[in-house]
Amino acid sequence: MNPYTKIPEHVEEALGKWNTPRRSFLKSAGLFVVTFGAVGIDPLIEGAEAQTSATPQAAGPYPDPDFRQLDSWIVVHQDNTATFYVGKTDCGQGTGTSFRQLMADEMDIAFEKTTCIMGSTDITVDQGGSGGSTAMERDAWPMRRAAAEARRVLVEMGSAQLGVPADQLTVSDCVITVKGDPLKRVTYGQLIGGKRFNVTLTGANVNVTTGIAKVKPVQELKFTGQSPQRYDIPAKVDGSLKWAVDVRLPGMVHARNVKPPFAGAKLIGIDESSVRGMPGFIKVLSKGNYVAVVCEREEQAINASRRLKTNWEKPAKAPFPASEDLFTYIRNAEPTSTTTPIVVGNPDTAFAGALKLIEAAYEIPFQGHTAISPAHATADPSNGLMTVYSNDMKSYGMRRGVATFLGMPKEKVRVVWMEGPQGFGRTAADDAGCEAAWLAKEIGRPVRVQWMRHEETAWDTKAPAFAVNMRGGLDSAGKLVAYDFNARAVDYNHVGYNEPDTVLIAQLMGVRKANPDKGSASTPSDMYAIPNRRMATEVVSLPLIWETPLRTGNLRDPNGPQSTFASESFIDELAAAAKADPYEFRLNLLTSDNSDDAAFRRARSIAVLKAVVKAYGWDSRPSPKPRAGGNILSGRGIAYAFRGSTIAAEVAEVEVNRQTGHVWVKRLVCAHDCGLVVNPQSLRHTVECAMLHSVSRAIHEEVQFDTEKVTSVDWNSHPTLTHADTPESIEVVIVNGDPNPNRPDLPPYGAGETACKPMLAAIANAIYDATGVRLRRLPFRDARVLAALRASRV
Amino acid sequence: MSNTTLKVNGSTHTLEVDPSTPLLYILRNDLGLQGPRFGCGLGQCGACTVIVNGQAIRSCITPVASVKSEITTLEGIATQGKLHPLQQAWIDEQVPQCGFCQNGQIMTAKALLDKNPNPTDAQIREGMNKTLCRCMTYYRIQAAIKRGAKAIADARPATEKEVVA
Repeated sequence: MNPYTKIPEHVEEALGKWNTPRRSFLKSAGLFVVTFGAVGIDPLIEGAEAQTSATPQAAGPYPDPDFRQLDSWIVVHQDNTATFYVGKTDCGQGTGTSFRQLMADEMDIAFEKTTCIMGSTDITVDQGGSGGSTAMERDAWPMRRAAAEARRVLVEMGSAQLGVPADQLTVSDCVITVKGDPLKRVTYGQLIGGKRFNVTLTGANVNVTTGIAKVKPVQELKFTGQSPQRYDIPAKVDGSLKWAVDVRLPGMVHARNVKPPFAGAKLIGIDESSVRGMPGFIKVLSKGNYVAVVCEREEQAINASRRLKTNWEKPAKAPFPASEDLFTYIRNAEPTSTTTPIVVGNPDTAFAGALKLIEAAYEIPFQGHTAISPAHATADPSNGLMTVYSNDMKSYGMRRGVATFLGMPKEKVRVVWMEGPQGFGRTAADDAGCEAAWLAKEIGRPVRVQWMRHEETAWDTKAPAFAVNMRGGLDSAGKLVAYDFNARAVDYNHVGYNEPDTVLIAQLMGVRKANPDKGSASTPSDMYAIPNRRMATEVVSLPLIWETPLRTGNLRDPNGPQSTFASESFIDELAAAAKADPYEFRLNLLTSDNSDDAAFRRARSIAVLKAVVKAYGWDSRPSPKPRAGGNILSGRGIAYAFRGSTIAAEVAEVEVNRQTGHVWVKRLVCAHDCGLVVNPQSLRHTVECAMLHSVSRAIHEEVQFDTEKVTSVDWNSHPTLTHADTPESIEVVIVNGDPNPNRPDLPPYGAGETACKPMLAAIANAIYDATGVRLRRLPFRDARVLAALRASRV
Repeated sequence: MSNTTLKVNGSTHTLEVDPSTPLLYILRNDLGLQGPRFGCGLGQCGACTVIVNGQAIRSCITPVASVKSEITTLEGIATQGKLHPLQQAWIDEQVPQCGFCQNGQIMTAKALLDKNPNPTDAQIREGMNKTLCRCMTYYRIQAAIKRGAKAIADARPATEKEVVA
């Protein structure tokens, strides 16, 4: 294998197993020609290895692999192994392993004998990449159906070969045997190894792709529900995995951006002489307000980007208020859009008749992705084509975005997906992809670009800041009879994924979407039966909407953590006002109405809430608990969320240091129901980490800025959860499905994002339980907590 | 530019480089190593960690010319084709989510255990505190360190164990 071909080992391995007939098929069918080597070395074509690295790239055009061809999904090799090709990417949750479990089950092949290749646009069908916790819920279905169809076709072939009707055959791990006559047998490898299926699938789109075969009932699944270890982990701990950051191409050069020093600044001039004599300097590339320096070596590019003298003009008016004035700004701003409120019953009348009225306002600042690795991509412009090596979770979208941005036909662009840092939505990986491609096209050589830490922390997309007003009315029995939720999100011009007119380089070059996205806020996603309820959302805009570091984009359940922080904190405030136990108060809201179509969802919610308090050992009492003596005050808080069809209920136990204001989240328990669980180990780990991500957002994370620029630029100015903060105990209870044993099994639902939602409120509720002080402004950094404790004389 | 000799994972390399170049870029771009990775360039996150003289150091802020002793990277801690007990513990505990930071986590943990084979929970938290993970795998990392420490202790000859005890 060419030493420059830096692709993941498991991909190399699978490609090595790929056999001639499939290659011929792929070529002759005109579907796509696979070239998987940065310099045009095609490992799939005989003699390719003998070529030198000087061989020009021979690949392209790159039409989309046809999802209606079984051969696009599954290859069976002569040695009774199989390779699965799926149009998904893995952001660290181990989805590839789960896909293999499901597909191996449908195909009747041992899990260990399968390989999974993910998300590279020219060899896997377009399933959109990753997002929305949909891997198991939506995208695994066409994979399962394709695998079931492969089994059906193979059994039919076996039937012809053995001269025995298909219904008299049985399959176990690639071996088809005649029932009652086990000596009569044939293997998958013998039947099709080295040959193509030539089976057409049907379906209007990739999500509904199917063959004739039906998937197995859940009771017949063997690997599904087990916890085989993730296949990607060994190479991640021994240093052998080739990540997207590790791509090295012959002739490759390194680029670094020079970002505007002020939001909305206009580039007046560049003094190239300030860097021209520097070692390895190649060129300054600039268009509009986008500036990058290209050098032979990485450290040279870093040095030159720091040294380059540029002149910028500040915008006439401030791009945004300072972060300490943000919520005043939000409350006074004129909304850019307002949704029609969701109204149940008659809230106004109910509020008028309520015995007790509770009001509260919650504030959630901008929070960023701040990936552990700053954004990066490498692009190769050989032969008028464009290959982008990226960890972007939506490789297919990046392909379309890059093609449009560069004005190239899509068939000339491909994106090779490789592993990278956590992908929790619309990260700056999108921006880096277009930057690398543009730079490579301009300079005619492969270019690797990577953002520096300050760029990543300041300029990556942000989860919108929220200001939420809530009102509730209790009757004489302490029952919640009226409820009002009103959220304002700073989300105007929310950037989408890989949009050629919103990626940062496009904005800086003056390419802008004609109609900015209007953005959104979200409403609570609980299943409470509240008789009179109004929920409304509004979006507001900052003064500067283009070329701003405060640009919003999806971050892990985009608005859920913010709105759930408010709504589930408020439920606790209501419970406290009613002098009710917070768990029992929630339970009453779920049991009080069983008449509508939400009854089943409420029953599942109740089962999850019961599971979490049981695992925690919850004792019934209202919050706050009687104030203890000593420096450390401890308390417990609960919160719950329903997302899509998945439910999470979480309990946080905290210790609050009344001298320092420091909050330690000491213990976490989550009960989680996402229907059918494919890999319990992966699920538990995903849920653990999703909860801790929200712990970090609750305690530490806030993007801060003055009226010119973002001032959160590194891990000191933008702290995150650390080892020292880690809870001493985390428990995940998998509730797994339907509390009613008479109903059929549930399918798999999305897992990760639901677990992010309740934690912010669970912590606020625990702090209240411990101290009697209600914190409504995130994050709960020491100084803010201490000030609140002092103000309440705690 | 000047000649710099580096000993890395048992091999010696002589390179002509700017002596002020951070070690990280030499390891990655000249020696083709993939364990140490760029995370911040500021010595704040630990993704670039390598071990020199038993110390876990941040290669992103270490000038290459300042390193006189042998450098061990993630690729160099397995012995005779067998994973280091910490690497095995990382697999057994299924520690990574994305895995990008795990180089720094494993190398920092190794330096910690080399100095203190049986750390308390508090010592693990303290010793690992500046090594960041944005997937938040801390809980499992701490479990894996304890598992690795036990495996290392169990593999030690009995006489040596008594001495340690």
